[in-house]
Amino acid sequence: MNSFIPRLELRDQNSTIMNFMSPVLAIILTLATSAIIFLIMGFNPIQTLYVFFVSPISTLSGLSELLVKAIPLALIGTGLAFCFKNKIYNIGAEGQLTMGAIFGGGVAIYFYDSNAYWLLTMILIAGSIGGVLWALIPAYLKIKFNTNEILTSLMLVYISLYILDYLVVGPWKDPLGFSYPKSRPFSEAGRLPIIFNGYRVHAGLYVMLTLVFLSWFIFSKTLIGFKLKVSGHSSMASRFAGFNQNYLIYLGFGVCGAFAGLAGIMEVSGPIGLLYRDISPNYGFTAIIVAFMGRLHPFGILLSSLIIALTYLGAEDAQLFLQIPSAVGFVFQGLILFYLLGSEILIKYRLKFI
Amino acid sequence: MKSLFAYISVLFLIFFGSVFADQKKVGFIYIGPPGDHGWTYMHDQGRQYMEDTLGDKVSSTYIENVPENADAVRAIRKLAESGHDLIFTTSFNYMDQTMEVAKDFPDINFEHATGYKRSDNISTYSGRFYEGRMIEGHIAGKMSKSNTIGYIASFPIPEVVRGINAFYLAASKVNPDIKMKIIWVFTWYDPGKEADAANTLINQGADIIVQHTDTYAPCQAAEKAGVYAFGQASNQESFCPNSHLTAIEDVWGPYYAERAQAVVDGSWSSQDTWDGMQKGMVVMSPYNESLMSADLIAEAQAMEEGIKDGSLHPFTGPIYDQEGKLVVEDGDVASDGMLLGMNFYVQGIDGELP
Repeated sequence: MNSFIPRLELRDQNSTIMNFMSPVLAIILTLATSAIIFLIMGFNPIQTLYVFFVSPISTLSGLSELLVKAIPLALIGTGLAFCFKNKIYNIGAEGQLTMGAIFGGGVAIYFYDSNAYWLLTMILIAGSIGGVLWALIPAYLKIKFNTNEILTSLMLVYISLYILDYLVVGPWKDPLGFSYPKSRPFSEAGRLPIIFNGYRVHAGLYVMLTLVFLSWFIFSKTLIGFKLKVSGHSSMASRFAGFNQNYLIYLGFGVCGAFAGLAGIMEVSGPIGLLYRDISPNYGFTAIIVAFMGRLHPFGILLSSLIIALTYLGAEDAQLFLQIPSAVGFVFQGLILFYLLGSEILIKYRLKFI
Repeated sequence: MKSLFAYISVLFLIFFGSVFADQKKVGFIYIGPPGDHGWTYMHDQGRQYMEDTLGDKVSSTYIENVPENADAVRAIRKLAESGHDLIFTTSFNYMDQTMEVAKDFPDINFEHATGYKRSDNISTYSGRFYEGRMIEGHIAGKMSKSNTIGYIASFPIPEVVRGINAFYLAASKVNPDIKMKIIWVFTWYDPGKEADAANTLINQGADIIVQHTDTYAPCQAAEKAGVYAFGQASNQESFCPNSHLTAIEDVWGPYYAERAQAVVDGSWSSQDTWDGMQKGMVVMSPYNESLMSADLIAEAQAMEEGIKDGSLHPFTGPIYDQEGKLVVEDGDVASDGMLLGMNFYVQGIDGELP
């Protein structure tokens, strides 16, 4: 009766090559699909793809902007890998980012007229602590009450955004800001230094690269990485091996919270320089795409953060030079994720027509 | 290969064509899409008017949906780096971002809408929208049956507070029993949130909806519920023909044409512009004859004339603040300085500013 609808059948063995090739395949399919979309919209597809993916990074400042955008994405994506590898679905990184910005920003606002050399370090540490504390809430709830971490971590995003709202509308409002909901500007000592004069890319790049490398080391060379992997494959096997599940859950959430909190405070003390309600264009959610696109491998995540960052920059160039609506950038992101998840399924399963 | 060369030349022309043709390039940053049929729509209408008026002397582009965070710096910078001579940033919270970019590009002229920070190459401009609020308040005071007005406010900045006060002063003058319910949505552009706020206000008994946000969602919600509404920024009657009484239209075209012409002539200099009905920057949409009585329309039109010739001012004393302190003496009108910094409700408005 259902002979036209294929069924999914589990494959005996996953192809290792396809496992690595699937992001590449997803990108190629995305490019092909978007070329067709552009053609239907009446644009020259090759020219459009050029404007989208090459022209944004054809200048030094374009490259700098790409890195500015990729820093939080790569950092959060790597943090998420600590959860996702263990099949813990923390999708609340946006909230952990916001809490990082609040904790770190709080220090910066309290010392707004200080030029102490230790201020920036304090701010960054406070930011990571904020992220960790916020991330440990869903971890604790999961362990104690077996709540679904997808729901709790997501709901905490909205709570954190409202806390930020409250602070910038109320107690932390800039006394000189004409009652606009934003904080005082941070002092110079509280700002992340710029790497090259005239470009916006900031010292957060070094922090991000260090942590990505460190995470790669942990995943591939240490027992913790091995435990996360085993536990993700089969929690039963991991329990028989005597690995402490609760410890791994706390660890995943904690590291992810620290990374996301750091990403938040680095965005605030880097390019922004003060606190207000719209600090993040959904970095915490976009990083989920980045993490999966990078196959949860730190270097893959680094690469995919650059690709996703490029879709944002490309959307602006496409508007500027070809008058293509900005929504096309999100269509790209959607397509990439769609093809990625699609190929993921087909790696594990084969289609069977009965 | 040949075609690739062709594309690169095309792009080269797009980038540098203006230099050869000595055509001035004008760029715009929009907070929403031109399709909002409100705030951004009217800026885009202004842009097109400018192009039509100046013909070959200018060309223009825009970037839409630019969030009011670190991304705005990138978008403004992008316009500056791609050879634009004059850049309009059309939302209040692009203020610091405009300052940041403008200081790196002293040869490019910037114009920031509704802000207060200027420099050698940044002008500011805005409309005296509160003049229209006075007329809306008068109409609402006469037409409300439930004596309850629902007001959707965006941010508690002087611009918005001024509109609320002007509206209330006029409404309470003709109807002392009038009450205002105010919801702060803390966004300029969010059709969903705006519609939710409208529905909440209607459920609380409001039979006229006023908004200080960018889209036509509130007037559509009013249409559905069978209550009245005022359009915002543009004539939104086509979206809610049975509820739309009138709207305050922002007419930017002549200003944009004048400023672009100044750049063409080389006579551009930093200045502050705050024009109202007299100069035609603020215009009332045609009054809805099937909803309003002929007498009321005549009254509204007479008020327009009064505002234009200066015999009528929305903030004419005596005006008291919420604590009962006299802020404008009997017979005086509020100074521009007071209007620009207005951060209090006038006596009679319930609730407090966030």
